[in-house]
Amino acid sequence: MVVDYLPSEQTDKLFHALSDATRRDIVERTLQREYTVSALARLYPMSFAAVQKHVAVLERAELVAKRRQGREQFVRSDVATVQRAQRLLDHYEDLWRGRIDRMRKVLEDEESKGSGR
Amino acid sequence: MTVSSVVTDPVALTMTLVADFNESVDRVWELWRNPRLLERWWGPPTYPATMTLFEFEPGGDVRYFMSGPAGEIAPGWWHLTLIEAPHRIEFDNGVADDTGSPRKDLPSMKVRVALSEETPGTTRMVIETLFPSTEAMETFLTMGMKEGLTGAVSQMDVLFT
Repeated sequence: MVVDYLPSEQTDKLFHALSDATRRDIVERTLQREYTVSALARLYPMSFAAVQKHVAVLERAELVAKRRQGREQFVRSDVATVQRAQRLLDHYEDLWRGRIDRMRKVLEDEESKGSGR
Repeated sequence: MTVSSVVTDPVALTMTLVADFNESVDRVWELWRNPRLLERWWGPPTYPATMTLFEFEPGGDVRYFMSGPAGEIAPGWWHLTLIEAPHRIEFDNGVADDTGSPRKDLPSMKVRVALSEETPGTTRMVIETLFPSTEAMETFLTMGMKEGLTGAVSQMDVLFT
């Protein structure tokens, strides 16, 4: 799945994120439904801040996404949505890589025009 | 290689691209400021862009369309929010309807361009884009230019394998 097209740095984040039992549990639960960070914090024998850190690791690995509503933060393991966004960003990146190539070419063409004057 | 780094964030919906040119800042700036030069690089070769309105000033509007090989038209717009010649440009970029008017139902993306001199005669260009939503990104990237981008996707797959 994800590993097929992500650069290795992202793969490292993914493996690191899943190396911890609490984080795996958060992913499993939030795949079923959305949880608030406070609701997750009540599930584990650790502080709110510690749970928040776990969520942040999962976020960086693109395994969960957070949304804010009022004072609450909702966490959802939305792998499909995040992957779709990544694919679209890949297209956008490629669009820009093409533009940069063309910019370089326009600069070269203008240069040779100038020197031929 | 001209593109030095690209970072995309699929949760924040951002892309940050850094490119380096062996050219002065003024020459790279000209690529943005001169609509005839801009037309030569903005659209992919199969979808060349034509600028129909070009108000290159803070608060100014730009209208353009890209025309595809089968005669399909992908119209777009910029609204320039900041210009600091020759170093910074910020604009909103969105999709327009067939008459060229911005489509109000689709939120626009924000683009920031920064040019700086690294060493004399070389320019670093940083492009930052923030998309408002995955849906807006999908519409923007597929509108009128499906073929043009599908060709590009296979290249990406090779890069990441």
